[in-house]
Amino acid sequence: MSTDSHEITVTVNGTSYRRTVESRLLLSDFLRHDLLLAGTHVGCEHGVCGACTVIFDGAAVRSCLMFAAQADGHAIMTVEGLAPDREHLHPLQESMRDCHGLQCGYCTPGILMTMKVFLDETPSPDKAQIREALSGNLCRCTGYQHIVDAMQLAAERLRG
Amino acid sequence: MKPAPFRYVAARSIEEALQLKAEYGDEARFLAGGQSLVPTMNFRLTQPAMLIDINPLAELAGVKIDAAERVRIGALTRYRNLERDPATERNLPLIHEALPHIAHPQIRNRGTIGGNLAHADPASEMPAIVVTLAGRLRAQSMKGERWIAAADFFVGALSTALEPDEMLTEVELPVAPLRSGACFMEVSRRRGDFAIIGVACTLRLDEQGRCAEARIGLCNAGDGPVFATDASEFLVGRKIGATEIEEAAELVQNAIDPGGSIHASKEFQRHIAGVLTARALATANERARA
Repeated sequence: MSTDSHEITVTVNGTSYRRTVESRLLLSDFLRHDLLLAGTHVGCEHGVCGACTVIFDGAAVRSCLMFAAQADGHAIMTVEGLAPDREHLHPLQESMRDCHGLQCGYCTPGILMTMKVFLDETPSPDKAQIREALSGNLCRCTGYQHIVDAMQLAAERLRG
Repeated sequence: MKPAPFRYVAARSIEEALQLKAEYGDEARFLAGGQSLVPTMNFRLTQPAMLIDINPLAELAGVKIDAAERVRIGALTRYRNLERDPATERNLPLIHEALPHIAHPQIRNRGTIGGNLAHADPASEMPAIVVTLAGRLRAQSMKGERWIAAADFFVGALSTALEPDEMLTEVELPVAPLRSGACFMEVSRRRGDFAIIGVACTLRLDEQGRCAEARIGLCNAGDGPVFATDASEFLVGRKIGATEIEEAAELVQNAIDPGGSIHASKEFQRHIAGVLTARALATANERARA
């Protein structure tokens, strides 16, 4: 079987990168191995767990179900782009810490990226809406209750 | 690297995409949302020699209503866009109700109606819906185009009537008519999981409140989407009450041949099909009267 490579230019967290990628390189592996942005976690690699969720052109998507070549000319936000600087966390991250919304933390980056877009679009969600929005992210530690609490707190803080 | 090696081409025009497909045939696959194709590639169950990415072809996306009051949905239209379009609830109430059951928000952000249909998973909601709505699907190739009735499009599990050189480019569905009601219901183990059984139905009543048209379709009830002919025909001409609904549900149970799995035996699937049919018909009937 033959393969080929493509030169791509992609903006990640506001920084433009130019790289040559093999066609079969998944976007998740590109972010982690080529750009060394290992905050995006890889769980199931077939679109079930949600750990690899990133924001692609403003929408939360599974980065394990896209190829890096498809990102040419597009803008991506990963968990590394959330905090405003090294000293401060994003309100979503602070709320997860304050509510014990994580234990092992493996699913957390995917949850943060999913909920970033959700809270931008739904500033005053009820619990049912939060649970629906979270349905595509598996967490095997928390039982979700504390994540839902964290999202309610985050929504409150983001509303100011 | 999870998938086997392949060549990737980002199509610049429909013509280029069709030209490549004509050249490579079954060796090439169109890449739309990739939400079903890429998982199978990551497992190496699918190993295409070439991926023709149609995502750059914006002309394949979008919803419009033609002069004949039919909704035409471009194959590359993402579920996200159908969810956010206020016209979906009015014109395509069946799809509006089914959308939250189709996987998860992140999947619906990428997943397309055309990709979903061309993948032809028997457990998937949309094939059952286009069959229930008696939709038509447009296939295009370098040789021209043809319309395929939804009932003829699905020929088995993961198989469609598309030729190796054809692309599914458009879906045509009727606008919900007056005095009609639709309902979609599904049972799955968890929100967003594949359906154990899903039921789609539409009812249209005449001026006396009798059933003028009934259509009932199911997902995960056979090798492909199942249209319950007997149950649908039984209801026509009758005033729909508890007895008619019970009879139709039984006809549906007799018409299906679910596969059974470790999560749900055939018997359980058949039971669920009866319960959901009865509930969905009662709901659609109420909506048609409203």
